Amino acid sequence: MGTKVRAAITSALALSLAACATTSAGSSSAEAETDFVPYASTYESYPGVPTALVGATVYDGAGGRIENGVVLFSDGAIVGVGDASLAIPADYMRVDGTGMFVTPGVIDIHSHLGDYPTPSVAAHSDGNEATDPTTPEVWAEHSVWPQDPGFSRALVNGGVTALQILPGSANLMGGRSVTLKNVPSRTVQGMKFPGAPYSLKMACGENPKRVYGNRNRMPSTRMGNFAVNRQTWIDALDYMDEEEPGRDLANETLSGVLSGEILVQNHCYRADEMALVLDMADEFGYRVSAFHHAVESYKIADMLREHEVCSAVWADWYGFKMEAYDAIPENAALIHNSGACVVIHSDDENGIQRLNQEAAKAQADGHRIGIDIPDEQVISWFTLNAARAMGIDEMTGSLEAGKMADVVLWNGDPLSIYSRPQMVWIDGALMYDANDPARRPVSDFELGQPGEGDTK
Amino acid sequence: MSARFSLAAGIALAALALPASAQDIAITNATVVLGDGSAPVEGGTVVVRSGRVVAAGAGVAVPAGMQAVDGRGMWVTPGLFASITNLGLVDVDAVSESNDIAASASPFGAALDVAPAINPAAQDFAYSRAGGITRASVTPIAGSSIFAGQGAMVDLGVDYDAVRHPRAFQFVEMGERGADLAGGSRTSAHALLRNALREAQSYGEDAELIGTSRTRSGVSGSAVVDSRMVGTAERDGDVLLTRFDAAALVPVVTGEQKLYVEVHRAADILSVLALREEFPALDMVLVGVTEGWLVADAIAAAGVPVITVALSDLPASFERLAATQSNVGRMVDAGVTVAIGGYESSGDHPRNLPQQAGNLVALNRIPGAAGLSWGEAFAAISSVPARVAGLGENAGTLTAGALGDVVLWDGDPLEVSSAPVRVFIDGVEQPLDNHQTRLRDRYRTLERGDLPPAYRR
Repeated sequence: MGTKVRAAITSALALSLAACATTSAGSSSAEAETDFVPYASTYESYPGVPTALVGATVYDGAGGRIENGVVLFSDGAIVGVGDASLAIPADYMRVDGTGMFVTPGVIDIHSHLGDYPTPSVAAHSDGNEATDPTTPEVWAEHSVWPQDPGFSRALVNGGVTALQILPGSANLMGGRSVTLKNVPSRTVQGMKFPGAPYSLKMACGENPKRVYGNRNRMPSTRMGNFAVNRQTWIDALDYMDEEEPGRDLANETLSGVLSGEILVQNHCYRADEMALVLDMADEFGYRVSAFHHAVESYKIADMLREHEVCSAVWADWYGFKMEAYDAIPENAALIHNSGACVVIHSDDENGIQRLNQEAAKAQADGHRIGIDIPDEQVISWFTLNAARAMGIDEMTGSLEAGKMADVVLWNGDPLSIYSRPQMVWIDGALMYDANDPARRPVSDFELGQPGEGDTK
Repeated sequence: MSARFSLAAGIALAALALPASAQDIAITNATVVLGDGSAPVEGGTVVVRSGRVVAAGAGVAVPAGMQAVDGRGMWVTPGLFASITNLGLVDVDAVSESNDIAASASPFGAALDVAPAINPAAQDFAYSRAGGITRASVTPIAGSSIFAGQGAMVDLGVDYDAVRHPRAFQFVEMGERGADLAGGSRTSAHALLRNALREAQSYGEDAELIGTSRTRSGVSGSAVVDSRMVGTAERDGDVLLTRFDAAALVPVVTGEQKLYVEVHRAADILSVLALREEFPALDMVLVGVTEGWLVADAIAAAGVPVITVALSDLPASFERLAATQSNVGRMVDAGVTVAIGGYESSGDHPRNLPQQAGNLVALNRIPGAAGLSWGEAFAAISSVPARVAGLGENAGTLTAGALGDVVLWDGDPLEVSSAPVRVFIDGVEQPLDNHQTRLRDRYRTLERGDLPPAYRR
């Protein structure tokens, strides 16, 4: 867990809360006595049956491809992945995937589902605490509406099994992200990905300076952006130097970043600004996990490789704002070709339903300039690479024995426009089946409304 | 603008000043898509002469003396038609001074006309051209009135002569957006619309614009005579519209100019269709129509065509609760003429039209969903929108006599991995380079050279 804030509460309360919190295997009751985890995950996987996917082309998410492969999972975990010779235990239910494809569950590193839910009415606008340029004290999970119908669309049309919900980009430091399992729940705690670290959302460029500059407040310039950021880090270091620091939500997040427990997801479009952020990270001793949007990563892909920073990008969005003017469709392929890490992200309740298609577009744009990236590597752009940049790659993102059984069976090549998820499992539980209307989630909001339970 | 051009190099911009002439084109051995809804034909030939299609399909002979391009492994299609775009009205959406899409502080509404504002040198023109879009409708977005103003039909040829049909349609917002612009309620939007049409009718009669065919043009859906510039009739004091706005609506009320109506909720769609009882001449096109599938029979019976995005499937607002990707397929099944057009996300652009269409083909394999056949899906981004736009049967198809808008693709045009290789408009081959391709080439390698990247071009 990213934050284990020692809270001054009775141990009895801590124990009772911990008892409700069936989180990852690592959280023993002994830890719970000393490390209270606020708003802990209460996610529990749903029942599944031991399953053998056979006959399909398997992309393992880690760059592997197996024709006529076998994927075994049981008790929520991957048991084995291999070719047709892999032995299938007798009690496994066989799913015939002949002519189909298997990938790990799709992961979106940049979503606002729940904090900007549909219907997109003003009362639902919960993604930007745009009252101060630095709000590391806010947590996106406290805005997430679990009834956002967008979660179900991401599942059934996009095969999305995990996603990171980020605060918006009005602020230089927008707050903590939350990583979710895409399993409907009455509460956000019931969706929280057990054991996922937190991230701090940061933003470069136009948005913070526009939002605060328009109010005649700092920052109103890019140099103002940096000054505010740097002073905030300096103050956080001072906080960490205090012998007995008191509770301070903002500094708890910032010290989490500086001590490496909390990752940084940095919205940043322009190459020159990304280079400056890398220097700022060096100045204060933190790492940027991924630059988000990063439409100019292709100009500094070598630097991004050296700093081991991922670029979470669209395939071809451009032109909607000045700092997106130099976006090019070959961005992802050029980043990949330089040896840097590519993640395809959505930042959009529609785009999250088609991350596979966006990756395929970006792959093809590379191919046309002589950069040939094999399909099995492109799959990692929306599976394992996303998991790595979110700090959950030990648990999910690829089909490896022992990992969570987050699996999509596609009815065709996932890099083709003509393919859709056929079945989706999360922790080994079948959460979507195209042939079974009963395996299609419907949010509370849509009950009794026109189109309830439609194919969408 | 002139400073920008004097600084810019690049074939596309240089060619902008020098329109080339139509060439004869023959492409053989390709998969040929006619665009009329039929299935693709393998091993086909397309012949274009003097800017028009001569023949296309299987068994077509290349005329003697004409050099043929071997299209083996490639696809040939008519150029795509993008509906409801803001091509040439904006460079960067969020840079307000570069953005002419909406005039939120204008005293005018219906009188606004995009034609003189369209800039064919805007990068989105070039990007869309490179994506195989050869013609489009350009529409203003409503800013200060439910009436957005008058849209135009353009071609994407690399010259300054983009506007083919100015004032091709009037655009009005009903539903939630219309209600907001009208003062806070659908009741006001409906009152404003009726009043505006009545005022236009009255003005048109007083100014003898109605009944004398002065606004009638030869081109369907395009008012060649600018109704704003004729007629000087005195008006009563009891009017809401400016004279210019009233004059602009004269061809709407007479049915000589199409009225595009954005509307989403099923009940709102029916209310808009009912307008034709009061104003029988209205030549309407419904835009948006997210809940169209719920009232598809009524739309079909009215014979009113629809322009809609393909993939809207979220209850984005209370007027879109029944959104589903099956909307297009279900309306088509009910007999509605449906063109795919318009855009959902800020990053979406005309060149992604094939992705929208291809997704509807994918729906055919989802139990309970309604998709389109491949041929229908392609027609929904070529011949159908061209016909809805009033271009008749000669655009968006490769039938004999059609405009010589031809795109050669490196694969199935609806597949996300495919892209145009060559694009012809009116038989003229178009340059496909642009700001993006120049950046791409500059940064293809990051190795340090003898000079900085700024010297590479």
